Amino acid sequence: MPLRPRPFVAAALAVLIGFAAPALEAKTLRWGAAREIASLDPYSFGETFTLSVLNHVYEGLVRYTGDLKIEPALAERWENPTPTTWRFHLRRGVTFHNGDAFTADDVVASLARVSHPSSPLRGNLPAYRSATKVDDFTVDIEVAEPYPLLLNDLTNIFILGQKWMAANNALLPTDSGTGVEGYATTHANGTGPFKVDSRRPDAQTVFSRNERWWDKPAHNIDRIEFTPITSAATRVAALLSGEIDFTNVAPLQDLPRLSAAPGVKVLQTNELRTVFFAFNMRDALVESDVRNANPFRDPRVRNALYRAVDANAVQRRVMRGLSRTTGSLVAPAIPGYVPALDERPSFDAEAARKLLAEAGYPNGFSFLMNCTNDSLVNEEELCQAVASMWSRIGLRPVLNIGPRSQQTPKRVKGEFDVIPFGWANEPQIDAYSLLLQVMRTRNAAGGVFNWGSWGDARIDTLIDRAGTELDPAKRIPLMTEALTLAKQDTLFIPVHQQPMAWATRQAVRSIVQASDNKPRLWLTVLD
Amino acid sequence: MLVFIVKRVLNAAGVMLAVAALAFATFRFVGDPVEMMLNEQASLSQRQELRERLGLDRSLPAQYAAFVVNAAQGDFGISYRNQQDVFPLIVERFPATFELVIVATVLSLLIGLPLGVYTAIHRRSAFAQLLQWVSVLGVSLPSFAVGILFILVFSVSLGWLPAFGRGQVVQLGWWSTGFLTKSGLTALILPGITLSQCQITLVMRLVRAEMLEVMRTDFVRFARARGLPERAVRFRHALRNCLMPVITVTGLQVGNLIAFALVTETVFQWPGMGLLFVQAVSFVDIPVMAAYLMVVSAVFVAVNMLVDLTYGLVDPRLRQDAVTGGGHGK
Repeated sequence: MPLRPRPFVAAALAVLIGFAAPALEAKTLRWGAAREIASLDPYSFGETFTLSVLNHVYEGLVRYTGDLKIEPALAERWENPTPTTWRFHLRRGVTFHNGDAFTADDVVASLARVSHPSSPLRGNLPAYRSATKVDDFTVDIEVAEPYPLLLNDLTNIFILGQKWMAANNALLPTDSGTGVEGYATTHANGTGPFKVDSRRPDAQTVFSRNERWWDKPAHNIDRIEFTPITSAATRVAALLSGEIDFTNVAPLQDLPRLSAAPGVKVLQTNELRTVFFAFNMRDALVESDVRNANPFRDPRVRNALYRAVDANAVQRRVMRGLSRTTGSLVAPAIPGYVPALDERPSFDAEAARKLLAEAGYPNGFSFLMNCTNDSLVNEEELCQAVASMWSRIGLRPVLNIGPRSQQTPKRVKGEFDVIPFGWANEPQIDAYSLLLQVMRTRNAAGGVFNWGSWGDARIDTLIDRAGTELDPAKRIPLMTEALTLAKQDTLFIPVHQQPMAWATRQAVRSIVQASDNKPRLWLTVLD
Repeated sequence: MLVFIVKRVLNAAGVMLAVAALAFATFRFVGDPVEMMLNEQASLSQRQELRERLGLDRSLPAQYAAFVVNAAQGDFGISYRNQQDVFPLIVERFPATFELVIVATVLSLLIGLPLGVYTAIHRRSAFAQLLQWVSVLGVSLPSFAVGILFILVFSVSLGWLPAFGRGQVVQLGWWSTGFLTKSGLTALILPGITLSQCQITLVMRLVRAEMLEVMRTDFVRFARARGLPERAVRFRHALRNCLMPVITVTGLQVGNLIAFALVTETVFQWPGMGLLFVQAVSFVDIPVMAAYLMVVSAVFVAVNMLVDLTYGLVDPRLRQDAVTGGGHGK
């Protein structure tokens, strides 16, 4: 019998293969993180990492691109009818994971929830006053005064479904003060590229691809298995043994070993967080042999300390050659940065000694350095190295090192003479964050982290003007000017931008690593 | 018996009140939870407001009193970090810790008892000497180092066993168990051995010392004189008389193991209570820390009580009806 083609069977096979192939090749990314997310509720704990993970499930009106530019997300466009009103035109045809359609009601309900007095994220919308629905796809947001950074703030405010919240009694945020729990803590319903399939806290949270996502996916991931692995050595071992494909926290001391391992790739760059030393600028030092005076108030003394720091040695020895030495208080990616800020005075211990003598301290003086051992990268080693550099010009720093949870309350109370300080300018990704929260003299709105009473009236004026200037072409130079004044006065001693490292296995073909250190897996391609 | 139990329960309440008091005295030093809960943008007044709403502005005795009153009603508050009721949070993780501790205890008995008997009977043999020496190593190596070493050998180099986690678990009501799946069982091996490491040594040395002691006593000599086989003398007479202290210590150690499983849990990312506690400490999650300490001290007290009760079962002299009980080798 002659062989005849069998069109039916061939077609059936083709269909079978066509359907079966993607199922067989379900692309899974196993992600080993350094810690567990606090909750599935994006308004329950003001932690950058938790929010960055939840951003795969929930989205804001706007979002950051892979190179940290703001782009439309749930809002398609916006305008300012008045300087204090922002009108957002929402994207049509977006659905939540449970099938509900996305409308203006969801935006209004979410903003009401996040700005509720018991919401820990309320501070993320400092200028927010109210939100009103104009029609189903238009929302007006009122701010207290002309405020340039609303879009930056909104990247971090994720939108929850109004119907879903109402049905599950979750219209209000959780409240640990009065013991109010919430459905959204353990359930999620967003609009984002991934939905939550299952969650076992401290063990595994599984995300799967949202087939109905409004955006054209740049990723090809079907499933993400998120596992926190707290112990760094175990995380490295899990990557080496192939039990995870990706970690967003690769320990710096293990980078050479990871790079040498077959099938493992290390991605290393510098993060936004800039580390600098800050001074106690009150009337007297906290712990010193100089009484009734504060040597740090003299710019020559601050300058002496600056010039005594051998930044290259710090970079090579303490940071294993991985940090970016800087003279600026903000990283290059932050609006407000200009290259001139990055210049450092040359390292010169002799000149430093002379400056100290000129200021009346030829024999140096003692002071208290408050450092932690768990917040900045290699902070303990950094403090020890810099303290010994300062000892070489005759100063007598007294090191006090402890965990962050213990040291922070002391810092808040001003019980220090010198501290290393790290600021990433997140979530705004704008120098205004540093200027307002750290550098400004304390007032109702700012200076929360002005722990040492530093500051300068000229700088305050510039900050306040930048805070209400809507035109970026005018606003950014104002911030640069403020940063330049701080530099001229040596208000702080900039050291470096911290290194950050991720590691992946072969399964990951490409991944976007932005300097805000947030994984954006909707931009990741697997092999 | 009833009086005994009532006394014990009152005792336990006293112990737990004291533990809570100590805990609250130390919480002052672990840091400020408000700084952890709010992010950089929060203003000073928002910080102060949250502090007041959490009741952290009150005096220490007032905070302690409020905790005791609420805890007595079974309300341990809400975790600052997870925003969930603390008690279910801990209960959810209890099975993981408990199964790990059970495995470690069983392993320590399975390995420690025979080794102890062996080293006692053949105490001059080279192998027994070697075991003695290795056991010193066992108590002196910190368990996190041993855990990492196991991971490097069995997960990274050999690829036999998972480096972290509990594998697949099966949910039986509120209890999650890893005993019913292959991946759950393989995941128990490394952390189980790591946790039992000190315990094995302890059981072995204890059995050895007790055996040496008992083998010298008169009744063993008489048993031999009666012509009983050496096997029966060793295991039915001598070993049985050694078991009292072994049970006591093993029982008491269960409490210890639950409390100190946190090191093993951290190394192996074992989703148990210890891991929860370690994270709570780093985020100054006071309700979780307080409740965890309460649960662990309750376990300690309960285990102590159980051990006391078990004594009666093993040692006929402690039973009231012991008169009818009869002697050795019945």
